[in-house]
Amino acid sequence: MTFSTFSRAGSIHIALAAIAMLAAIIILPSFAPLYTLINVTLYMSMGVFALSLALLWGYGGILCFGQSAFFGLGAYAYAIAAINFGDTTLAAAFAIVIPALFAAGLGYFLFYGRLSDVYLGVITLTVTLILFKLINSTGGDAWRIGEARLGGFNGIPNTPLLTVPFSGVPLSPAQMFMLAAIMLFVTYALCKVLIVTRFGRAVIAVRENEMRAELLGYNAKRLKLAVFVISAGIAGLAGLLFANSVFVSPTMFSLSMAAQVLIWVVVGGLGTLFGPVAACFALQIATAALGKLGIVDPNIVLGTVLVVFVVFVPGGIQPALAALHAWIATPTRQSRTLEKVAR
Amino acid sequence: MDYFLVVLLQIVGAVGNLALISVGLAVIFGMMRVINLAHGEFIMLGGFAAIFSVQAGINIWLAMLVIAPLSIAVLGVVIERLVMRRLYGRMVDTMLASWGLSLLLIGLATTFFGNRVVGIAAPVGSFRIGDYSLGAYDFVLAGIVLVVFAGGYAVLRFTRAGLIARATMQNREMASSLGIEPSRVYAITFAIGSALSGLAGGLLAPISGVLPTMGVAYIAKAFITVITGGASVITGTALSSTLLGSINTVSTFVTTPVLGDVALLLAATIFLRLLPTGITGRIFKGAP
Repeated sequence: MTFSTFSRAGSIHIALAAIAMLAAIIILPSFAPLYTLINVTLYMSMGVFALSLALLWGYGGILCFGQSAFFGLGAYAYAIAAINFGDTTLAAAFAIVIPALFAAGLGYFLFYGRLSDVYLGVITLTVTLILFKLINSTGGDAWRIGEARLGGFNGIPNTPLLTVPFSGVPLSPAQMFMLAAIMLFVTYALCKVLIVTRFGRAVIAVRENEMRAELLGYNAKRLKLAVFVISAGIAGLAGLLFANSVFVSPTMFSLSMAAQVLIWVVVGGLGTLFGPVAACFALQIATAALGKLGIVDPNIVLGTVLVVFVVFVPGGIQPALAALHAWIATPTRQSRTLEKVAR
Repeated sequence: MDYFLVVLLQIVGAVGNLALISVGLAVIFGMMRVINLAHGEFIMLGGFAAIFSVQAGINIWLAMLVIAPLSIAVLGVVIERLVMRRLYGRMVDTMLASWGLSLLLIGLATTFFGNRVVGIAAPVGSFRIGDYSLGAYDFVLAGIVLVVFAGGYAVLRFTRAGLIARATMQNREMASSLGIEPSRVYAITFAIGSALSGLAGGLLAPISGVLPTMGVAYIAKAFITVITGGASVITGTALSSTLLGSINTVSTFVTTPVLGDVALLLAATIFLRLLPTGITGRIFKGAP
């Protein structure tokens, strides 16, 4: 991995994100009420989820309609492992490894079968719906893995909380909040670095023109599979954080979960990383507020936002804001001309 | 003996059901290469249209066969005008926009009709084979589906409108340079596809009841049936619903309804690995 190609802007973005994370960790727990803290933890887990699709779709060019499959798998893998082991540190690793392995199998099937765009979308959507149906039908004592009951549509309400490694003391909500903030930052930085490595650039080349990349000697199928697996691991991590702020239930596999994450990426801007996370926070706060008021069904809001953005703001918020910023930053036409002359 | 006959008849019912919920999506996808993810909600609204008409005292057949398709066709025209028209040629964007529409329609239906199941009684009763009792309505439904498919095939194969439709489907630029206006063909296609979804909703209302979120249950099945069928609208959908419907029914009999659905989806996934362009992408190429 070389950092020589890493742009200055990239480092500044990561530094800014680090400052934001530290500020949140230091300031929020000391004065925010517990309820807010837990909610923000939840939003952060969703932010990690948004990043997983932002990487896969925005940079890998792979539109996965069933990203929620990995999200849910991560959470279930964690809950089942934690109940069976009685310790959560190893279980947390399961939350990342199991979805990644699952994605490796599924992705082999998809990419080496040369299935693309629509078909890929259909199959990934189908996979998450299959899991949704399967998990929903696992009510009763017959369905258990080791000690853990799968619980059908009730999920696993007694999901064990993450503990401080090797001590058995569960994390407090404030510590959980800090962990989520750190994980969100780490994931963001990881994605940011990943896209400027040799691997990341090759992945982007495949997105731009798969045939040209292959003719230049890149193995497009393997690159796609690799980014698919990485993204699934990130989604699994999001599932782990989600499981620790709410609990594990089949709705994690549901169509609305799959739709939400797509909407965040569309609204935030395809091919950006900060945008989807910002959109995720904004839309979750908005839908939560609307749900509390009970005036408008959240589906109406989400649906309208998606249609309006696809039709009128196809680039998403972040590019739109960047364009606005560039427009403001360049004072007048006259000064622009002067700059040109000076050059 | 009776048992096998019953299983066979169940398969016929399941195939008809699958073909019915897929045909609206197939028409729009086959003609326009647009995946309409709001298809399930068109079915749902068709169901509501039929039920409200029956509650208003209209004859049930009229409500299911005329009012449901017509009202959804009107909705389809409006949506095509307002949203879809702006996005032709951008396949992924049409998919996303129609998903947005799907959420929007679910939200609106929940707000105005309430989040509960409403139903109407089936207009025909049941009959017996040996010790088994079967609903006659399933077969009425299969019959209607047969008529729709035969009619669709005949229209596409033998009429001038069908010729224009197939021409646009095969080569849009060539058709348009021969004086056919693609945007008009697309508008009509979207209306017909929507009408078929509405018809499906109307006909399914007595069986399953109608609920604002019911579309979700249909969209995956319809989607996978259409993709498995491949490029040919009528032949492809008929073949794939026969195949998948049989698999679904047999595995439901052997195991449980949930695992039956899982088997259907798994079979379709494996099928797409073997024939990535669907059944009619390889076999029966060029059939309407």
